Amino acid sequence: MIKIKDVSKSFDGKMVLEAISGEFEKGKCNLIIGSSGTGKSVLLKCIVGLIPTDEGKIFYDMRNFSDADHEMKAEIRREIGMLFQGGALFDSKTVEKNVMFPLDILTKMKPDEKLDRVQFCLKRVGLENAGKKMPSEISGGMKKRVGIARAIVNNPAYLFCDEPNSGLDPQTSILIDELIQELTYEFNTTTIVVTHDMNSVMGMGDNIMYLYKGHKLWEGGKEDITHSGVKELDDFVFANKVMSSLRGK
Amino acid sequence: MQFFYQVGRYFIFLRSLFINRESFKTYYHLVLEECISIGIGSLFLVVLVSTFIGAVSTVQTAYNLVSPLIPRYVIAQVVREMTVLELAPTIMAIIYAGKVGSSMAGGLGTMRITEQIDAVEVMGINSISYLVLPKIIASMLMYPMLVVIAGFCSLFGGYLIGAATGIITPPEYIFGIRFVFNEFTITFALIKSLAFAFLISSISSFKGFYTQGGALEVGIATTGAVTNSVIAVLIADYLLAQLLLA
Ligand SMILES: Nc1ncnc2c1ncn2[C@@H]1O[C@H](COP(=O)(O)OP(=O)(O)OP(=O)(O)O)[C@@H](O)[C@H]1O
Ligand SMILES: [Mg+2]
Repeated sequence: MIKIKDVSKSFDGKMVLEAISGEFEKGKCNLIIGSSGTGKSVLLKCIVGLIPTDEGKIFYDMRNFSDADHEMKAEIRREIGMLFQGGALFDSKTVEKNVMFPLDILTKMKPDEKLDRVQFCLKRVGLENAGKKMPSEISGGMKKRVGIARAIVNNPAYLFCDEPNSGLDPQTSILIDELIQELTYEFNTTTIVVTHDMNSVMGMGDNIMYLYKGHKLWEGGKEDITHSGVKELDDFVFANKVMSSLRGK
Repeated sequence: MQFFYQVGRYFIFLRSLFINRESFKTYYHLVLEECISIGIGSLFLVVLVSTFIGAVSTVQTAYNLVSPLIPRYVIAQVVREMTVLELAPTIMAIIYAGKVGSSMAGGLGTMRITEQIDAVEVMGINSISYLVLPKIIASMLMYPMLVVIAGFCSLFGGYLIGAATGIITPPEYIFGIRFVFNEFTITFALIKSLAFAFLISSISSFKGFYTQGGALEVGIATTGAVTNSVIAVLIADYLLAQLLLA
């Protein structure tokens, strides 16, 4: 479980996050949703410590991450798998080497064990034949999937995904969402997914946190999201044509 | 103000190179890879430029020494002093900054804007020391070697042009480059090259590592890396000459 308390962040005097608190449960898909530019990525980066927060505390299973020393931070980070919005693959390494990278650095596994594990993860994302390709040779959606393979290769206890299915076709999107869900339930990981795709929200939203201009306006499960009573959230949810036709009923 | 802020940040950057490092084995491979790309990658340019510099220095020195009272081997002696002391380490440093420094800054800058550095950091790795330390070590290993090669090539360039044009005969040239030779100039050139290698690789990495924005900023960081390294090299060149030769 990850708990955040009054997290605030501003850039050059411009408030991006204002006193965000919340809990992200273990074994569930916790979603952070909101329209573009509301600070979802910034919040995610604050949680993993890539962006220092101005104020607020972050706890990983009761371990205080905000005040941890370097050792402790590194220890917690070794349990984190993260998918970045743009994939963030190392462009000097092959797909296989990219996925293997966390194993090389963080484990003492033997080379063939590592290769097995990498093959397993690549298969999981449907890319078992792309191992020898360079990142520049694969499509945007494939990069995302390699990014997911890399994020899960080390069996992380905490999985963070920044827009795992933006730029993917609807079918692949659903596959990716299902994959993240499966992994979460199977390995009991604490998963946080940033998204603005209503399909994903309705598909995998066990817990949903709605951000609006740096504030948390609502949280709850996917069952309640259509009748939250929050105007901004309604606008967000029903922006989609299919969803708005549902609204009429 | 901005200047002092940057200098301060540079020193903090240098400090974090050495704290919380990864295991020795990790670095071994990274350093080897960097050595290959830096060393082999720069060899052709270094050989080309230094051979020409040696040849041109010989022709121009001969052109300036018109008095019949001065023996011709002096030409070779002058070329030796110029190339070993200044041309090989310093001119090569400027070329090195343009070639290796810019590619370090560009590479790290691209890694920064595409979140690759964040990806390394999020795995609990000290990204500065993981990504930058191998570059600095490889530079300090390879650059002195390149300087030695450059020194040799420029002397050889002078020899070739002397023989080809008849400005100075090979025996005269060989006699000249060995005449009252002070070995310390070599030591001094190597000390300089170590210092330059460190400055160029660390400043360029610093510039690239803290890139913010997009492709445009990577370009700016790359240019900044070259300009700042060259300025630092020239200042260090002067200081070292003052310290060790005066
Ligand atoms: N490093 C930074 N420096 C200054 N401002 C930043 C920085 N990073 C983000 N911001 C600002 O913070 C705000 C939130 O950005 P963020 O990337 O979190 O948006 P987002 O919710 O992830 O949007 P999207 O859905 O488009 O990815 C934006 O207004 C952005 O300009
Ligand atoms: Mg984002």
